[in-house]
Amino acid sequence: MINLANKNSAVRFARATCAIPLILFLATSFMLPRTIAGGFYRFEFAWIPDLGVQMSFMLDGLSVLFALIISGIGFFVTLYSADYLHGHHQTGRFFVFLQAFMLSMLGLVTADNALALFVFWELTTIFSYLLIGFEHEKESSRASARQALLVTGAGGLVLLIGFLLLEIISGTYEISQMVSIAPQLKNHPLYGVILTTIFIGAFTKSAQFPFHFWLPNAMAAPTPISAFLHSATLVKGGIYLLARFHPILGGTDAWTMTLVIIGAVTAIGGAFMALGQSDLKKILAYTTVTALGIITLFLGGKTTSSLTAAITFLLVHSLYKSALFLVVGIIDHQTGTRRIDQLGGLWDSMPFTTFAAVAACLSMAGFPLFFGFIGKEIMYKGALAETMFPILATSTVVLCNALMVAVAGILVIRAFLGQPGGDYYATVREASPYMWCGPVMLGGLDILFGIVPDWVGRWLVEPAVRAIHYTGEDIELSFFHGINEPLLLSIITLILGIRFYLKHQFLYKWINITFGKLPITASQAYDWISESIVGLGKIQTRLIQNGSLHRYFFVVVAFFVISAGYGFFRHSESFPSIAFPLISWREFLLTIVISAAVITVVMTRSRLLAVCGLGVIGAGIALIFLSYGAPDVALTQLLVETLTVIIVSIILLRLPRLRLKPIKYRPQRIFDASLALGAGVLVTTLLLAVLSHDLDRSVTAFFEQNSYLAAHGRNIVNVILVDFRSMDTLGEIIVVATAGLAGYALILNRRSK
Amino acid sequence: MQSLILRTATRLLVSLILVFSVYLLFRGHNAPGGGFAGALVAATGFALYIMAEGAASVRKAIRIDPRRLIIFGMGLTLATGLIAWLSGKPFLTGLWWSMAKHTDTPLVVVGTPLLFDIGVFAIVLGTILTLILTLEEN
Repeated sequence: MINLANKNSAVRFARATCAIPLILFLATSFMLPRTIAGGFYRFEFAWIPDLGVQMSFMLDGLSVLFALIISGIGFFVTLYSADYLHGHHQTGRFFVFLQAFMLSMLGLVTADNALALFVFWELTTIFSYLLIGFEHEKESSRASARQALLVTGAGGLVLLIGFLLLEIISGTYEISQMVSIAPQLKNHPLYGVILTTIFIGAFTKSAQFPFHFWLPNAMAAPTPISAFLHSATLVKGGIYLLARFHPILGGTDAWTMTLVIIGAVTAIGGAFMALGQSDLKKILAYTTVTALGIITLFLGGKTTSSLTAAITFLLVHSLYKSALFLVVGIIDHQTGTRRIDQLGGLWDSMPFTTFAAVAACLSMAGFPLFFGFIGKEIMYKGALAETMFPILATSTVVLCNALMVAVAGILVIRAFLGQPGGDYYATVREASPYMWCGPVMLGGLDILFGIVPDWVGRWLVEPAVRAIHYTGEDIELSFFHGINEPLLLSIITLILGIRFYLKHQFLYKWINITFGKLPITASQAYDWISESIVGLGKIQTRLIQNGSLHRYFFVVVAFFVISAGYGFFRHSESFPSIAFPLISWREFLLTIVISAAVITVVMTRSRLLAVCGLGVIGAGIALIFLSYGAPDVALTQLLVETLTVIIVSIILLRLPRLRLKPIKYRPQRIFDASLALGAGVLVTTLLLAVLSHDLDRSVTAFFEQNSYLAAHGRNIVNVILVDFRSMDTLGEIIVVATAGLAGYALILNRRSK
Repeated sequence: MQSLILRTATRLLVSLILVFSVYLLFRGHNAPGGGFAGALVAATGFALYIMAEGAASVRKAIRIDPRRLIIFGMGLTLATGLIAWLSGKPFLTGLWWSMAKHTDTPLVVVGTPLLFDIGVFAIVLGTILTLILTLEEN
């Protein structure tokens, strides 16, 4: 057993779990030769065979690329977190959630069955909820986790509707088989509905406008979680969905228009918001929103260069953004602050972190020799080749890239170069190797991929693009494309970016003033909607469950009288005659006793007398049962009545002496009385109507014949209870026991108050 | 409320009531009675005892926590069902062991429905006792 309470063994356990992503990463790497050749792997096994649903997985170029990103970054994040969380009392829980999240994410990007994909989709939502809310003692942390859960969970449910509609039209849940009927789908009347559901699912998960607000709020998570979930994996789930369904639903005008416009709005909004932040993590969160917007924009296109741009930038962004989040985590961990205006001059005390930060930032800014440069060139090529809105796409990408240059400048120049600020400076030192090795490796990859882009292009990007878009066109990533329009745009971007950086303090103020003037933000709209739902719930509870027994009983009886009365009078022709049976003097006397007791219960103002009156009614009914030859029922009735009187008396004797309220609302009493009378008359009429038919005695005859022969008992009632229908009895006694224990808990609860 | 008459009468009555409740339980298969009715009678007896002597002395007299009675009853009824299930019949089928096969009228000795009824008895009695005792102690 590993003793997780022991801090050192907790760290060792945590580091050991990095074997999971490592093994998965290596296993996925071995699949590369086949996907590079254009092939795929597929596994399936029975899941819900009765419904024809199977658990099937398919790994093609796209899935393998995602799986490599998830498991590769997962490995570094696991190593990093072991030291980041060192000493936290819930380390074990954190790593279980982290690995469970990673496995669900891998399931999401490899599932071929749409229902399996949905299940993994929701699993990632649940684990991200647990991870964002990891610091659950903080109110803000819980609120952010709940917000992310509600937004992405609701999106997931909408997505399920889309999957079910797709199955209805195509007859299969297998995504790989839906591709063949893509042309029919696009002309189907339900195409618009399906498209909307898929978009809502993807936009909520990938934080697209107007659902973008949960992502910056999710920065309440521990920083390695933000590095993993909110840059490289979870938020790419929606991107994966759009890419996966591109060959099935994509290529239409509706698809392109929606994605390009929403992507552009998200990207520009995110980029400006990023410059308006002073917390490093929030800056990164908003640039992530921007990056997701840009990828969405490119997934809207249908040309090879547009999709290549989307996939390449996805990889570029995953590498530099997770490295930057990890760097920010190190800064926070070592200095205790993430505020840009309190940081500076970290370069000489943290050389490795500085290297990682500079490499990642230069990649983000798209400097030549870094992977980001390759990505940027391809983006410009893709944007210029868009079939709809090429000017909008191009100007969006140029503007966003320029703003990212400014963000990169702020991060590198202000945090690492510049003047040391704050009193941490004298004592700050480099983090442990377990922490810096991840960002340094990721930063190193940014340089390596920037120098040899054609490997990445051939091994990772090209198979992924081919999986969703096969035309036979060449896909080439290369270091230098010659002097052409993309290069020109790159130069414009750099110049614009440097200007933005020089003006960034002015921009910071201007953005905060401008966004402060907005009449309503998406986050406020979310608050308003959730508060309205809670308010509606409160109103409904006050109306229906106001705690007044009188009201509950009134609703139940009124509903019964109306529905049963309606049914009876509608079909009254099937009850031809109602015969009033003659009753003996004995029964007549009993009726008088019961009636007198009823009147006492209704009129008395003493609770004890009312309880006794109820007891008399019960006993009278038991005597009626007895006179009709039902001793078992009579016995049970009598005993239950006795016990009820005893229990209610115990309670009443302990209640404070209260005067019953004087009868104030006479109309209310009259109304209650007429309802009670109506119910009584209705039940009597129904019973008489039933009795005026011949009874079907076949069931009784069966029990009479078999009671002794099959069940060795002469008391039919008991034989039915313990033998013929013992399953019913089992259910009833479970109810009795549950009610008893619930009552016990309620009594104890009152006492503790 | 300490009444000498009530206390003296209770001593006599409660033992009679409890014997009667067991009698009802066992005769239930052939005559009015059964586990449910027997448990109600027993509960009435204990309620009387509570009124005369107080909840603490009842707890002392019954020795076990009535909540365990509920668990015991639940276990017994489920086990009754499982016996039939394990012997290859549908869950809860009544099984009988009869002796005296050499006589013309087989003499039935015992069957799983009796065990089931005892389980019902335990659950109902345990539930009512739990509630009454907890109410009384507040």
